[in-house]
Amino acid sequence: MKLPDEKFGMPACFNVKSKPSLFCPGCGESMILKHLGAVIDNEKIQSKITLAIDIGCTLLSWDYYNFDIIQTHHGRSVPTAVGYKMARDKRIVIALMGDGGAYAIGLQSLLHAAFRNDPILAIVINNTEYSMTGGQMAPTSLPDEITSTSPLGKNASIFGPAFHGPELVRQIANPKAFIARSSVSNPIMMETIITKALKNQITNKSFSMVEILSICPTNWKMNAAESFEFLAKLEKVYPVGEIIKNKSDKDSKSISE
Amino acid sequence: MKQFITGNEAVVLGAIEGGAEMFFGYPITPATEILEGWINTASEDKSLKYLQAEDEIASGFATIGAILAGKKAFTATAGVGNVLMQDPISMAENERLPFVGIIAQRGGPSTGTVIYSQQEVNLTALGGNGDGLRIVYSASNVAECYDLSAKIFSTAWKYNFPTFMLTDGYLGKQKITTQLNKPIRPFPARKILKEDPENPTHIRNCFGSEPEFAKVLQRNISDYKYLIDKVAESENYKVSGATDIILAHGSVASAARSAIDDLRADGVKAGLVRPITLRPLDTKAIRSQIKNAQRVYVIESAFEQFARLLVYVVPELASKMIKVFKPAVGFTPEEITTLIKTQNKHR
Repeated sequence: MKLPDEKFGMPACFNVKSKPSLFCPGCGESMILKHLGAVIDNEKIQSKITLAIDIGCTLLSWDYYNFDIIQTHHGRSVPTAVGYKMARDKRIVIALMGDGGAYAIGLQSLLHAAFRNDPILAIVINNTEYSMTGGQMAPTSLPDEITSTSPLGKNASIFGPAFHGPELVRQIANPKAFIARSSVSNPIMMETIITKALKNQITNKSFSMVEILSICPTNWKMNAAESFEFLAKLEKVYPVGEIIKNKSDKDSKSISE
Repeated sequence: MKQFITGNEAVVLGAIEGGAEMFFGYPITPATEILEGWINTASEDKSLKYLQAEDEIASGFATIGAILAGKKAFTATAGVGNVLMQDPISMAENERLPFVGIIAQRGGPSTGTVIYSQQEVNLTALGGNGDGLRIVYSASNVAECYDLSAKIFSTAWKYNFPTFMLTDGYLGKQKITTQLNKPIRPFPARKILKEDPENPTHIRNCFGSEPEFAKVLQRNISDYKYLIDKVAESENYKVSGATDIILAHGSVASAARSAIDDLRADGVKAGLVRPITLRPLDTKAIRSQIKNAQRVYVIESAFEQFARLLVYVVPELASKMIKVFKPAVGFTPEEITTLIKTQNKHR
């Protein structure tokens, strides 16, 4: 991991004027953006990056870096990134969104981008809830998790269990797609995975998706220690590492053959 | 050059003349032939790109993505597809992007009917959760499908507002022999995301406070007001000395034009004022033409959509106009002729 720039202790591709950022103290997203910036510095690709962002807390990163950023709308960073990449195939294009944008309102576009193998990187920040709107239940909320719209705990028999986005996408994604999960608890692994995902876009011209488990002390109503305890629990439900295609798919393949 | 061609084929040819390079769409009647026609053309000309997306929301946002990269990209949709398209169009309106769309109107609300109406005027001109800072043309025949399809790209890229051409399924699917005129020289596109890390482009869709956003919107409104005189267009047909003036657009205006030929032959002094842009409207021309008319008819295949746009800018129409509103169905020249003759007898 590259050490932060000495001038202000942050990646060189950061837009200094946008700091301090508006993320809440202790927010996992600002950690993710820092490590994404470090990867971009390390790979020396700042001049080639175009970033499309969703709304939700992600909207706060609209001027975070010194490269082009387009602020879109909930669930819409993926199709915007797809259109941009089709027009400028030499650019390295990243779509950044939360778990609500990716797995609820924008799932259709995420699935089809993976299915078509559109050469973009989708980064999904999973903190198990809608944070910007004040901590509502998301598809990724754990069974029994208390949120503002599941005040008695998420009833999995009504709302479904924990939503495994990367595992779902893996089932229909092109075999060349790189799909992985990481966590803010392990920044070295996060940077390794993001680097691999970006290289998959550059060298294999293929789709990549990285889900990053993150913390939201504000809406979780937890202190730092409790937040990382809950994150450890998430990592048990949502295993980190590269996601491998489910073997049961062989059966469907034999049917289609 | 004269060509035997459908309206939807003319749209594709016109768009290419206007500099279109990329198309994003989702099949929906009666706009589907534009998607098919573009793909057929693109299979011969590799410089043209396209994506049949997963829905209209994605095709609209992908259009925006390509526009940000400096490509003249567009989409075509209809009906409920136009409803979904309001999501990307609203963003294009907010971010001042030269979004271009062909709206092949069909009957509504909802799935309604699949071929014809003039009921997408409200949605195209004023849809979304903003103030409708959009430019909307209405094509009235196949030749105009070609002309305006080329022109809307220049209007959009010159003024940076979402720009549309309304057609309908009767217009898109009819195949006729018509003269296609050489379109105007296209206004060039430019990269909106400049790809310069020294001076990055950061485009906002969400603002921090009401006063901050109000300033942005005030600037957009003032830019929109500036373009009105430059963009607003209308056509007058046999208005000289007319006692009866018809206000109509699109396919209905074509029927009215035929009716006026018949009426004039029978000695009835009827004329047509046809807005080519519905938003903004050519207010001065409309006002001056209706001033001396004894009767003014507003005829549309919708209930009060075109009429409402007219009345806001020409308020005197509210009491003066004879309302002929038939949502979902078209007009024959004969029924317009009969209508105007009846009105003349009554007086």
